[in-house]
Amino acid sequence: MTKGLGRRKFLVYGSAGLGSSLLLKALTGKSATATNNLFIAQNGDTIKVGILHSLSGTMAISENTVVEAEKLAIKEINAAGGVLGKQIEAVVEDGASDWPTFAEKAEKLIDQDQVVTVFGCWTSASRKAVKDVFESKNHMLWYPVQYEGQECSKNIFYTGAAPNQQIEPAVDWLLANKGKQFFLVGSDYVFPRTANTIIKEQLKVKGGQTVGEDYLPLGNTEVTPIITKIKVAMPSGGVIFNSLNGDSNVAFFKQLQGAGLTPDKYPVMSVSIAEEEVKQIGKDFLVGHYAAWNYFQTVDTPANQKWVADFKAEYGADRVTNDPMEAAYIMVYLWKQAVEKAGTSQDLEAVRQAAVGQTFDAPEGLVTMKPNHHIAKTVRIGQVRDDGLFNIVWSTEGPVDPLPWNQYVPETKGFACDWTDPNKGEKYKM
Amino acid sequence: MLPILDGLFNGISIGSVLLIAALGLAIVFGLMGVINLAHGELMMLGGYGTFVVQNVFKELGEPWFNLYIFFAIPVAFIVAALMGLILERSVIRFLYGRPLETLLATWGVSLILQQFVRSVNWVMVIGMGVFCLLFFGAMFFLRRLRIGNWALWLMGWLSLGIAIVSGILIGKTGQEALTKAWFSARNVDVTAPEWLRGGVPLGNFQLPYARLFIIGLTIIAVVGIYWFLNASDWGLRIRSVTQNRTMSSCLGIPTAQVDALTFALGSGLAGIAGCAITLLGSVGPNTGQNYIVDTFMVVVVGGVGNLLGTIVAAMAIGILSYLIGSGTLAVLLVQVEPLKPLADMFLFFATTSMAKVLIFALIIAFLQVKPAGIFPQKGRTVEL
Repeated sequence: MTKGLGRRKFLVYGSAGLGSSLLLKALTGKSATATNNLFIAQNGDTIKVGILHSLSGTMAISENTVVEAEKLAIKEINAAGGVLGKQIEAVVEDGASDWPTFAEKAEKLIDQDQVVTVFGCWTSASRKAVKDVFESKNHMLWYPVQYEGQECSKNIFYTGAAPNQQIEPAVDWLLANKGKQFFLVGSDYVFPRTANTIIKEQLKVKGGQTVGEDYLPLGNTEVTPIITKIKVAMPSGGVIFNSLNGDSNVAFFKQLQGAGLTPDKYPVMSVSIAEEEVKQIGKDFLVGHYAAWNYFQTVDTPANQKWVADFKAEYGADRVTNDPMEAAYIMVYLWKQAVEKAGTSQDLEAVRQAAVGQTFDAPEGLVTMKPNHHIAKTVRIGQVRDDGLFNIVWSTEGPVDPLPWNQYVPETKGFACDWTDPNKGEKYKM
Repeated sequence: MLPILDGLFNGISIGSVLLIAALGLAIVFGLMGVINLAHGELMMLGGYGTFVVQNVFKELGEPWFNLYIFFAIPVAFIVAALMGLILERSVIRFLYGRPLETLLATWGVSLILQQFVRSVNWVMVIGMGVFCLLFFGAMFFLRRLRIGNWALWLMGWLSLGIAIVSGILIGKTGQEALTKAWFSARNVDVTAPEWLRGGVPLGNFQLPYARLFIIGLTIIAVVGIYWFLNASDWGLRIRSVTQNRTMSSCLGIPTAQVDALTFALGSGLAGIAGCAITLLGSVGPNTGQNYIVDTFMVVVVGGVGNLLGTIVAAMAIGILSYLIGSGTLAVLLVQVEPLKPLADMFLFFATTSMAKVLIFALIIAFLQVKPAGIFPQKGRTVEL
């Protein structure tokens, strides 16, 4: 008797659980299909492009903002009459913060959806995962995030900064203004480790000193041992160079302040913290610290004022713009210009050749696509101010040419990349 | 002398975070034998509770905002305890005595909770409310009328359909306020009140107020639990049920109620831990995942079913991981000439990632010697 009752109750609660989980799925599924159909134009004659970012998982936080910037650019272009008289249709795929999924979805976009180009990826790991796909299918990827360099693919256009457009100028500026002793802190994966290798070599050449380095596993929030090491290594103050990613930053800055390491004695230079991250970490913990980027929301150009206003009109007045979003926005326009110059969107070889040399009056200032498929960009250093935006304390005179192969690291010193000359290609000796 | 004091303080502060996170699990896993993989998600709910309280107090203005943390702790406790209660009543109680199945079920629950905080919005809450109202209302009446299971199934699907349709209809009205996710997948930030930032200067290092607060909170929680389990009526009932369920039942102790209460208590403690960790980092859907492994480690090393073991294990792991990770141990050993090779080894492990490796290795070695933890359970309960 009692057993029967138990089973009945189990059935009841089981169906309740099933019901509510189905409900969850139904409601989230609805919004997902809505975004996918957002850009199907009225007439059937469209140009299909792919958008491949993580819409779920750890990286969704950052990559969603980039998707928004790309959609805004596509919407603007479509409103102005499209490309070659055709509307752009965006096929959005979710890489789910999982690198094999990225490769799978890239193949799907190319083979099944027949897109003419893909805008996508954030982490270096995801880019490395799809690189082989794009190279073997001789297709085209536009990549919007600053990265560690040491790569130059014929099939990828990089619109974020190479190390010599972000990390190296930041180190030079710190050496000139903040001190010679550096402590390097990073998340434990490919970008911070490669970046720190470059920084260490650069400090050796420029007369600085690396007093210590440490890496936190992604998601780790216990930073007390690192703070002790910083204090032991630099008792009277020094520079902290930070390439932490994601949640670890929040823990790092909160506990740094708790331990009494203030920006006047221990300035932190970050290369992964932009306006969006400042909002998440809490500006109270960051005021006075530094970040190096090519673009800040506070850049004073007419193009930027217009873009910030447009972005806020589209996504809400409380939103901020940042460097990867800006790079994502301009790469859509650079692709459009290349297609228009080539006169076709289908012949990828022609579009690739036409892309080199394209200039665009971007929010960050004038950018130019170089023969090495990276773009020349202005470098800026900003200091976090009370309202959570950046006060630009230093910037280069004009755009800096990109060097994907690093000139401080012995293995790649003296090498360059040029895709316009068939004799040079990916990596040639200068 | 000062570096040792500094090391001890930092080690204890790491240990106290581990301890407060593991305390609830020590009860749920240690006393009840439920492998609760959703423990981290209950902490996360506590963190989100703190976030909501913070936002409410921000509206109230300055003098109140400084005190929000004292209101956030009970709110976090209640939110997590309620979720624990729902979890126990709807899932766990069917799985007592089958630990592996609790593992799978609670893992599923943890995924549901993570997705829930990512996508929860008014439409969803209204939809779930409609479903619960219809389904449980129907269940109530069907029970009275003694109609069989088939009607309940029918009502289940019917109310599900109505809930989804009403959800879609509300979503169609296009009210931004209704369809906007409450928290979204983004991590949310909890700003500590003014008096919890900074710290007490002591020589050339500083004791952060946030850490002192967590240590204090941990002590209060531990003392409170000890008192509750050893001196209060319900505490005694909990202990008697965990020691001998059948005998307790014979003596008139309502074991089902005791189970629910115990699980809710453990979950509530997870909520308090969630409130505490907002002072150190941010709160996001993945917060729980970062702590779940550490908490199980503490409970297993301490010895299942023993609060004292949990305390000792948390402190030992905290102090060791600090001493190894910060390189303090290497620096201390290097001064003694014969121990030079040992110092070199510790220097190699003196990074955060490698310290974790060494700690895990040490724990594995320790469990080879004492498989049941620091304080193993003795007596006949072990054989059951």
